[in-house]
Amino acid sequence: MNQNIWVLMTGDSVALATTLILAALGALFTERTGVLNLGVEGVLLTAAISSFIAADSSGSVWVGLIVGSLAGALLAGIHAILAVVLRANQIVSGLALVIFGTGLANYLGKPYEGKTISVKLTDMTFGPLTDIPLLGPILFEQDIITYVALAAAVFSSLYLFRTRPGLEVRATGDDPATVDAQGLMVSTIRIRYTLFGGLLMGLGGSWLMLAESAAWHQAATTNGVGWIALALVVFASWRPIRLVLGAVLFGFTLQLPYTLQAENITFIPQAFLQMVPYVATLISLIALSRPGSTNALGAPKSLGVPFVRDER
Amino acid sequence: MKRMWKFASVAAAASMVLAACGGSDSSTDTTAASDTTAAASEPAASDIKVAVVYLGVPDDKGWTYQHEQGIAAAEAETGVTIKRVENVPDNADSEKTFEQLASEGYNLIFATSFGYGSPMAKVAAKYPAVCNQWATGAKFLLTKDGGGEYATFDDVPKNLGTYFGAAEEARYLSGLAAGKATKNGQLGYVAAFPIPEVIRGINAFTLGVRAMNPSATVKVSWTSTWFDPTKEKQAAEALLDSGVDVIAQHQDTTEPGVAAEAAGAFWVGYNSDVREAAPKAFLTAPTWNWGLFYAKTIEAVKGGTCPSDEYYGSMADGMVTLADPSELVDADAVAEIEAKTAAIKDGSFAPFTGPIRNQDGDEVLKAGEKAELGALLSMDYFVEGVLGSPKG
Repeated sequence: MNQNIWVLMTGDSVALATTLILAALGALFTERTGVLNLGVEGVLLTAAISSFIAADSSGSVWVGLIVGSLAGALLAGIHAILAVVLRANQIVSGLALVIFGTGLANYLGKPYEGKTISVKLTDMTFGPLTDIPLLGPILFEQDIITYVALAAAVFSSLYLFRTRPGLEVRATGDDPATVDAQGLMVSTIRIRYTLFGGLLMGLGGSWLMLAESAAWHQAATTNGVGWIALALVVFASWRPIRLVLGAVLFGFTLQLPYTLQAENITFIPQAFLQMVPYVATLISLIALSRPGSTNALGAPKSLGVPFVRDER
Repeated sequence: MKRMWKFASVAAAASMVLAACGGSDSSTDTTAASDTTAAASEPAASDIKVAVVYLGVPDDKGWTYQHEQGIAAAEAETGVTIKRVENVPDNADSEKTFEQLASEGYNLIFATSFGYGSPMAKVAAKYPAVCNQWATGAKFLLTKDGGGEYATFDDVPKNLGTYFGAAEEARYLSGLAAGKATKNGQLGYVAAFPIPEVIRGINAFTLGVRAMNPSATVKVSWTSTWFDPTKEKQAAEALLDSGVDVIAQHQDTTEPGVAAEAAGAFWVGYNSDVREAAPKAFLTAPTWNWGLFYAKTIEAVKGGTCPSDEYYGSMADGMVTLADPSELVDADAVAEIEAKTAAIKDGSFAPFTGPIRNQDGDEVLKAGEKAELGALLSMDYFVEGVLGSPKG
């Protein structure tokens, strides 16, 4: 059982990556249809407090996960109405969603601030498999949602690149006019996947609450994970499998400061190490919010552009 | 010395920025701020109006929670109703909160965080009739030499006092329990920011640990946050993964304790007696009793005087306390804790008594010599036995 700390750390990175994978997959589906939802951070926070309240009052993590996911979809629905139906500026609408989601979580969470949760999502164990050197702690000592997230990434990749509905998703993001000419409803597809994206983000936020943090504390629950998720989609060139690798890498950088200190390696200042994932995020967000600048990175060609049939 | 203070204030400033960004509680601020208006119109239970400004919320089970216990106790003792203002970031923005309270006729204001100092001093200068009390503060930090704006110590407004206490005494005692409890001599310490207050606590804890187990080491992990359940848990888990079997903390959540319990290790908490968070791991915890100071200060202001000194409480006067050791603490350690508690209270023993060596093995205190308060308040080195960097 006495595993190497770096192996344990990689296991922790995979766990930390769960929210990132789910939130970023949600953003990826949304963006693949051409809708840019910058509101991930707000969606995560609202989902987190919703799952907290639901799990705490029902005594079941599953109820928490379901309610949190639905809350995520609900919030994304606001963005769908503003950005798709009303064709508002998607950057503004997304940022408004961050503020709204944060405020809503603050309002809902006020009575729960600092309270610990009575039920928690626990790690699964696979008997002898968990004790395998190297692979055991990394692959066989996670909770169910971590496995769901990994599986979701694989299925998403197959769905997007190997199925007809997946082709429709990609086409809607690249060339909505052609999709429209094919007789498909661009708005319907966009709304559907914005909601589905919100559902995935919601699941990610719920996991963050129910598996990772034991107490509700608004200011420290998400810590900018929603922004990192957006950056991750850019880093992954809008591809699910790369996204998983990127998420584990981000998970690794989030865990690194603590592992280095635990190993008594202290020549790099902690504050600097803790800053690294956010600097990477900042750079990619700048790219993301400049229309056109992300095309070279593989962005959907009409990302962030509202579809208006008359302008075809 | 000067550089160290600058470093501390930079670190503190950074924390405020982080708190301000992370908080995003502007909606709460507004609510809190408008609450004060409502309270001002209510008749007070006595002839003076008292307010306390909190960084967080009273039920955080940590720093603010413990202040709330003291405030509630002081209310019961003095019969004065105290106005709470919650979720006020401890940065320059807090000035408007202090100004509002002062302009609404509050006679006495308690500020419970380090970063409130400079904004509070500004308002104190403007409203000389209002008595201001700054927790964890030091007037030196308001002078030019300390990075503040007042030319000398005497220029700091006279209606401003500070209050804090010798947590290092209880830290040392908790170290005795931990030093006896460790089986492999490796302990971990999850710590917030590399400022003298925290460094002093780590050193005192380590001195206590090594009094029971001379070869033990205490590994420090900085989190750059006072209150963040996730990061504190991450830091504790990494330490536990590396093999430590006791976790101590200078943090405001109970997550390090939860992590310790999950790993079958022991835990030394902080701020308040929160053993129920991890009953299978909890040894003891250095805690605070702010109520005595609050009640005393309210009575003083009622009597027409504003304490303007730098109050440094201790175990002797009851401001600093140690939670009753749990049944996990060895009987020998309990006896040693009791003996040292008595010695600390009667002044015959102080945790920082030489010979004390720093991490490099250099002697910083000669045998028998006791550290002076100034040296304690500006401590910027780790003692022998601490692993990690005192610079963060």
